[in-house]
Amino acid sequence: MLETRGLTSFYGDFQALFGIDIHVNENEIVSFIGANGAGKTTAMRTITGLLPCDNDMVTWKEKPIGQLRADQIAKLGIAMVPEGRQLFPSLSVEENLIIGAQSKRAGFWTLAKIYELFPILSERRSQGATTLSGGQQQMVAIGRALMSNPDIILFDEISLGLAPIVINQIYDALPDIINQGLSAIIVEQDLNRALHISDRYYCLSEGCITLTGNTDSADREKISTAYFGI
Amino acid sequence: MACTLIILATAPLWAGRSDLRFLSEVFLYLGLAYLWNVLAGYAGLVSVGQQAYVGFGGYLLFALAMNISITPIALLPVVGLAGMLIAVPIASLIFRLHGAYFAIGTWVIAEVFRLSAAQISSLGGGSGTSLPVSVVKSIAASRSDRESFSYWAALVVLLLIIGLMFLFLRSRTGLAMTAIRDNELAAESLGINIWRTKFMVYVITAGLTSMLGALIFMQKLRISPDAAFSVNDWTAFVIFIVVIGGIGTLEGPIIGTLLYFLLRETLADLGTAYLMILGATAILIMLLAPKGIWGLVNARFGIELFPMTRRVIFNKD
Amino acid sequence: MVWVNAIIQGVLIGGLYALFAAGLSLIFGVMRLVNIAHGDLIVLAAFLGLVVTTTLGFHPLTALVIVIPVMAILGYVLQYVLLNRTMGSDILPPLLVTFGLSVILQNGLLEAFSADPQKLNAGALETASLPMGSLNIGLLPLLMFVVAVCVIAGLQWIFYNTALGRAFRATSDNAEIAQLMGLNKNHVFSMAMALSLAVVAIAGIFLGTRTSFDPAGGPARLIFGFEAVIIGGLGNLWGTLIGGIILGVAQGIGAQIHPGWQQLAGHCAFLLVLAIRPTGLFPKVSH
Repeated sequence: MLETRGLTSFYGDFQALFGIDIHVNENEIVSFIGANGAGKTTAMRTITGLLPCDNDMVTWKEKPIGQLRADQIAKLGIAMVPEGRQLFPSLSVEENLIIGAQSKRAGFWTLAKIYELFPILSERRSQGATTLSGGQQQMVAIGRALMSNPDIILFDEISLGLAPIVINQIYDALPDIINQGLSAIIVEQDLNRALHISDRYYCLSEGCITLTGNTDSADREKISTAYFGI
Repeated sequence: MACTLIILATAPLWAGRSDLRFLSEVFLYLGLAYLWNVLAGYAGLVSVGQQAYVGFGGYLLFALAMNISITPIALLPVVGLAGMLIAVPIASLIFRLHGAYFAIGTWVIAEVFRLSAAQISSLGGGSGTSLPVSVVKSIAASRSDRESFSYWAALVVLLLIIGLMFLFLRSRTGLAMTAIRDNELAAESLGINIWRTKFMVYVITAGLTSMLGALIFMQKLRISPDAAFSVNDWTAFVIFIVVIGGIGTLEGPIIGTLLYFLLRETLADLGTAYLMILGATAILIMLLAPKGIWGLVNARFGIELFPMTRRVIFNKD
Repeated sequence: MVWVNAIIQGVLIGGLYALFAAGLSLIFGVMRLVNIAHGDLIVLAAFLGLVVTTTLGFHPLTALVIVIPVMAILGYVLQYVLLNRTMGSDILPPLLVTFGLSVILQNGLLEAFSADPQKLNAGALETASLPMGSLNIGLLPLLMFVVAVCVIAGLQWIFYNTALGRAFRATSDNAEIAQLMGLNKNHVFSMAMALSLAVVAIAGIFLGTRTSFDPAGGPARLIFGFEAVIIGGLGNLWGTLIGGIILGVAQGIGAQIHPGWQQLAGHCAFLLVLAIRPTGLFPKVSH
């Protein structure tokens, strides 16, 4: 469904990705594994249109989308939960969720369904989004992405900076989310969790893919080697 | 370089009167352009109110010359010093504003100066005043001598500005300034006090701008609030010169000044349309070639007239 | 009594200054853009009003029906075609481009309408007044003030109760993430400029009805608007109204002392606030 071919990306003169080939099938969860600076976030930002690339480097449902703007890509059904939540501080919890539906895609997820999934958000709906705890903010960020009824969600550092108990809550909710017919790319520091939740993985190191495979046949040692880019 | 200097310095011997006037006007505009370039292009202080100091310098020179019987040229250093002094409280006020709001703040200051000048009845109030004949005679007895002196004074002040600018940009503080422009965070991590550096730049350019203002109105022999604090004459044109020539470069103001006078001599008959062309050109340059004409030349041929480039590279991580 | 009158007149003219300021404040709030040509656009709107009233025989207030949409469309196009290209972390390009625009507008108006002062004729409304005890309050200044309050209330409502306002706030908070939500940044910015120039249209018509105007009058209006914004506190629309009132009252008192001190007194009030409370009297409270 989503595919990149020879994806490269630059921050000014600095090249961050050196020709990455990935693909994600329907109803599949894929994880990106790698150290800081390996290019995981850059890959996600390039796919979602926040960083420029050539048109045919990214294809979505067989159509090249590399040169579309981020808002156009969002409307095609590609959503992202960015690292560090990045909620809109001037908007209430509910407004943060509503703005997620900006791309006006119909589907399973509505405000009511999000409140069903994360009841605490319903109680806090009129509060400023940044007055919430880190875990609750992550729930808003996930809900915000779901509100666009995407076909794929990119989760960047899904559990970074959250308390273990909150991480469990989030991971408990994930199957419910995925079962609604979604694909996902997940960036997760915890290797075990990443391999447990996903069907396939890509190891990134210094802007290249160093290893890929199915998670059920994954060799931890090889992954560790690939992780550190040795 | 030395040759150019000798030719320019001896101009009163070989050039006609109108050429001499024209040349000193070029010098004065080039001086204004360099000062604004240092402010906006290097220190990131975009001012649209430098006319405050041009007018202040002009008015102060007139006030002093009418009350003290010294030749106005000897008063130039006093004017420069006074310009710096008055800039200190002004800077401490308007430095509370940032970015574009700073720009409009400088404009408010210029307006305050203009309105205040119009209230001084001993200097003609709103309609302005002329330099008394006795003062004019004290510059030099004959008209041609007077114009030679004015010319030399303009050349000397311009050289002073260029010299100071060179010393400044090559000094530790100057490098710091360039660092601020390129990356404020990096400059801070280098332990450079941005605020104090910018403050200093603002105050010194204010002093030098006042001296240029004094010279401008010493040549015109007449001053009025509207002429002295004109945003078009002393800021808009100067900004266009620097932007079209190449902001943040040392060569840009020269190119811009030459082009400005060329356009003025050929298109001035168009009146308002000429100003519109100038404004549109500046917009186009800003959008298409933000480093101006000199930036284009430099990118294509890699020429540098002034060996000033030093590269500081900061890593992202 | 002259003093009370001066103060009341100052308060009412403060409404006009708030109108100058509201559009400026709006675009700064949404996209951190300071439009140097703002004052010239106000004057442009006044001239547009002049054309509409003289060619179609409209009353200046009726002319708003044409001038508001025209200015709004102009704002959208201006932002979409020109100013969006200058947006970024560097403040110089938008500043210099709007400065260039200001010079073009001033000289374009000069070319088209000459330097003669013009005025919009509002007929009986200009002289109508309400007697209040021993004072006479002009109906036009009163109307101007009421309209200013309504405009600010309207902007406030758009900001906090509509999808457009939500898009403004989200884009202002984080333009990049807003794009991930499917908001086209260029469109949102252009809508903000359109709204800003719609307010400019109202400001221009009232300016032209109240006083005479000429092509060179833009910078003064920019400065008054800017002072009202800073006095009131950045990003606070109601603060902007208070800022406008303070500016108007200071000018009124200054003019009462000495005719030449009107503007000077306004600038002094601004500098005083800057010296005592650099963030303005009512800075925006963050959530």
